[in-house]
Amino acid sequence: MIEYPISSYLDQDLLPYFFCPGCGHSLITDQVNAALVKLQLDPKKVVIVTDIGCSGLTDKYFKTNAFHGLHGRSITYATGIKLANPDLKVIVLMGDGGCGIGGHHLINAARRNIGVTVVVYNNLNYGMTGGEHSISTPPGGITSSTPFGQLERPMDICQTAAVNGASYVARTTSFDKDLSDLIAQAIQNEGFSLLDIWELCTAYYAPYNKLNKKALLDAMAALNFSTGVLHRESRPEYSRAYRQVHAGEKGKPLFSPKGVKQKYSHSLDKEVNFIIAGAAGQKINTAAAAFCRAALASGLYAAQRNDYPVTVKSGHSVSEVILSPEPIGFSGVMRVDHMIVLFKEGLSSVRGLIAKMGPEGRIYINRDLLPVDTAGQTTALNFKVMEGAQPKKEYWAIMALAHMLRDEPLFSMEAFKEAMTHNPTFAEANLAAIAASERMKP
Amino acid sequence: MEAHFSSNLSVPAQHNEARVFISGAQAISLAAIDAGCNFFAGYPITPATDILLYMIRELPKVGGVAIQAEDEIAAAGFCIGSAMAGCRVLTATSGPGISLYSENIGLAIMGEVPMVIVDVQRMGPATGGATTVAQGDIQFLRWGTSGGFPVIVLSPSNVSDCYNLTMRAFDMAERFRTPVFLATDKETALSMSTTAISEFVKVEVRERRIVDDTDVFVPYKGDSEFRVPAMSHYGGAHILRFTGSTHDEHGQLTKVSANVGKLNQRLAAKIDDYSDEIFLIENDLIPEADILIISYGAVSPSAKKAVLSARENGLRVSGMVLKTLWPVPEKPILDALHGVKRVIVPELNLGQYRREIERLSKAGQEIIGINRIDGDLISSEEILIKGGLK
Repeated sequence: MIEYPISSYLDQDLLPYFFCPGCGHSLITDQVNAALVKLQLDPKKVVIVTDIGCSGLTDKYFKTNAFHGLHGRSITYATGIKLANPDLKVIVLMGDGGCGIGGHHLINAARRNIGVTVVVYNNLNYGMTGGEHSISTPPGGITSSTPFGQLERPMDICQTAAVNGASYVARTTSFDKDLSDLIAQAIQNEGFSLLDIWELCTAYYAPYNKLNKKALLDAMAALNFSTGVLHRESRPEYSRAYRQVHAGEKGKPLFSPKGVKQKYSHSLDKEVNFIIAGAAGQKINTAAAAFCRAALASGLYAAQRNDYPVTVKSGHSVSEVILSPEPIGFSGVMRVDHMIVLFKEGLSSVRGLIAKMGPEGRIYINRDLLPVDTAGQTTALNFKVMEGAQPKKEYWAIMALAHMLRDEPLFSMEAFKEAMTHNPTFAEANLAAIAASERMKP
Repeated sequence: MEAHFSSNLSVPAQHNEARVFISGAQAISLAAIDAGCNFFAGYPITPATDILLYMIRELPKVGGVAIQAEDEIAAAGFCIGSAMAGCRVLTATSGPGISLYSENIGLAIMGEVPMVIVDVQRMGPATGGATTVAQGDIQFLRWGTSGGFPVIVLSPSNVSDCYNLTMRAFDMAERFRTPVFLATDKETALSMSTTAISEFVKVEVRERRIVDDTDVFVPYKGDSEFRVPAMSHYGGAHILRFTGSTHDEHGQLTKVSANVGKLNQRLAAKIDDYSDEIFLIENDLIPEADILIISYGAVSPSAKKAVLSARENGLRVSGMVLKTLWPVPEKPILDALHGVKRVIVPELNLGQYRREIERLSKAGQEIIGINRIDGDLISSEEILIKGGLK
C-alpha cells in the first residue's frame, strides 16, 4: 500500500545520482521529484519515459513506472502508453540530443496534442558520447565536433512545439527557484506540454565555453530566447478526443465478408482464365471482382490478381481472373484463354501476351485499338450503343464482361446481374451497363 | 466479442458451404480482430496500406485504437508503448518500413514485447517495386536488427493461411513475449481468392500472463517453466520498469557479466528451446521419395501443383510447405531431407532460404534453387522444367 503524503518519489537506496559534479541533471531531477511530491500522484499512475543520453539515466531513480527506450523515440513510446490508457500521467525526460534525432516525433506530438509532458534536459551538447554539438548548441559554441565553433543555428525547441500546437510551452534554466512549480504545471496540463530547461554540462560544454549561470542566461538572451511560460492554448487532448470521436462506433457490427452459396449453375468442366486490361480509374478491378462473385454464386472457384502501377488515377489496370470447378492453387495466369482489352494503357501491358495467344484464344477488344498482332480470334467491341444514352467509360468493363458471358456461357447472366447489385450505390448503373451491352453497335 | 468465423476445426467443408471471395489482407485484418487485437499503429505504404485502412475503420468498433503515425519509427514505438500498457498490438508495413522498424524490433526483443508485425513484401532494394511481388525480406526479417537474437517468422501462402497464421502469430506473441512477423507478399496479401468459411480456423489465442495483484512483480524474471516473464502493465497493480538496455531481473541497467549472460541466454533460449511449439509445416511426404520440393509463401501453390504433376509423370516427389520460416524448422526439414537425392527450392529472391536448406543437407544431395526477381510468379511448369522433373 502506498502511504500518502509521499515525501519523495526517488528511490533513496539508489542516491546519490550518478551524474558529474555540478551537472544540471541532478538539479532538474530533484525538481521533477519536487513537482511529483507537490502533485501527490499515485506512482502506479505515473510513467517516466526516457531515452538515450545522460538524461536517460534519470528514470531509474523514480519509484514510479519507468520506460527506458531508444534514442529520440521516448515521445513515441509515451504516445503509445497514453493512447492505451488516457488515465496515466506520462512524463518524458529527454535531452537536447533526443530532441534532435526525434524532432519529427516532437513536432507531431505537439500537432496531435497528445497528453504527454516533455521535460527537456537541455545542456547544449551530447554529454554522454563526448561533448558533440546538438540542435541546441549556441552559435560559435565549441564542442568536440565543432572545435572551430558551431556554424548552425540552434533550433528553438519551444517555438517549434508552440507553432505546431503544443498546449503548454515554457523555457527556463535549472537554476530557476520556481522550477518545480513549472514542472508541476506542465504535468497538470491535459494536452502536450513541453518544458525546455537549459543547464550546464560540467564535463564538456561548460568548461569548453566558460559557461556559468550568468553566461547561460546571456546566451539565451543573445538568441532572443525568452523564458517563462511562452505558450498556452486549449485544445482537446488526443487520446481522449480519439475516444470521443469514435464513441459512436463502439459495438457497431464488424465488417464480415459475405459468404456466397451456390444458387446458379455453371458449364465449366475445367479451369478457364481471362485477363481484363484497361486503365486506372475505369473500375476494372471492381468489375472483375463482381464477375468472380457471380462465379462463386454459380458454384465455381475464382481467383483474381490485379496489376497496376503505384499511381491511382493513371496508367494501366489489369486483372487476371481464374475460374475453376475445383479449388484453385493460385499462382497467376500462365496461359490466357480469353482476353478483354478496353483501353490503350491496358493494351500496352498485355500486348506480349496477346501475341502469344493461339488460335483457340478469344480476344474481345475495343475496336479503336485494332489491329493487334495475334493468332487468336478477335471480336471487335464497339461501346457505342444503338439507342439510349452512350455509356460512360467506367462501365465498359461491365459491358465487355457481359458480352463475353453471352459468347461463352460460363455461368448465367442472372448470377452476374445479382453480383452487380452487391453495392446498392451503383446497382442501377451497373445493371444499365449490362443491358447496354445488348445494344452495342456492331 | 463475436468472431468472424467459427472455431471448430473438425467440421469438414459442407456441401454447398458458404465461401468468401476476399484478399489475404482482409483475412489478416479479420483474424487480428478475432484474436483480440485492440491497438494498431502504422504508416501508409503500398502494398500494406489495406490493413492500416481496415484497422482504422474496424478497431473502434471493438473499443480499440488505430492510428496512422508520422513515420514507421513512430508506428513501431506506439505499438511497443501500448503493448506495455496492456494492448494486443498489430502493425503492418512493407520492406522499406521494416528498415525503419529495425531499431524498435530490437527494443521489442530486449523489452520482451508481444506484438505482431506484418511485412507485405514488395520488390526491393530501396523503393523497388511498390506493386510488385517479391520474397526478398526473408533473411532480413531474421537478422534485421542488431544483436542477432531470434525472432519468429510465419509465412502464409494463401488466404486461409493469412487468417489462420495471424491467429497463431498473436498466440505466439503472447506465449513468447516477442515480436512475431507475418511474412506475406503483394500477391498473397492483395490477390482475391475463393475460400470456404470452414478453412478459417479460430485457434485459441492465449491470454496474457499477468502477475497477480498481490504477488511480488519482478519484471524480467523468467518463469521457471518457460523462461518468459509474466507481465504487469502500466496502470496495473505493480510498478513496471521497462528497458531496452541490458538489465537485471528488476529492469535495472547492469554490466555484471553474470547478469548480462543470464539475460541474453534467456532471450535466445526462451524461443530456441521451445521451437517445436512454433513449427507449422504442411507436409506432403511420400515414402522413399527421390525428390523434395520445399516452398513457402506465394510460390507454394505452384510448388504443390508441381509435386502432383511430377507424381503423375511417375516420379517419387515429396512436397513441404513451410509456414514457419524462423526459427528454422530444422528437425522436420532434416526428416524430410532424409534419403532424398534432389531438393528443389523455388523462391522469389536470390535463394535466401535455400541457404538454410543447404546447411542442413548432406554431401551429395543436389540442391536446385529456382529464383525469380522480376515480379513474375514462379509457375508449376517452371518448377517442373528447371527442377528436371519434365
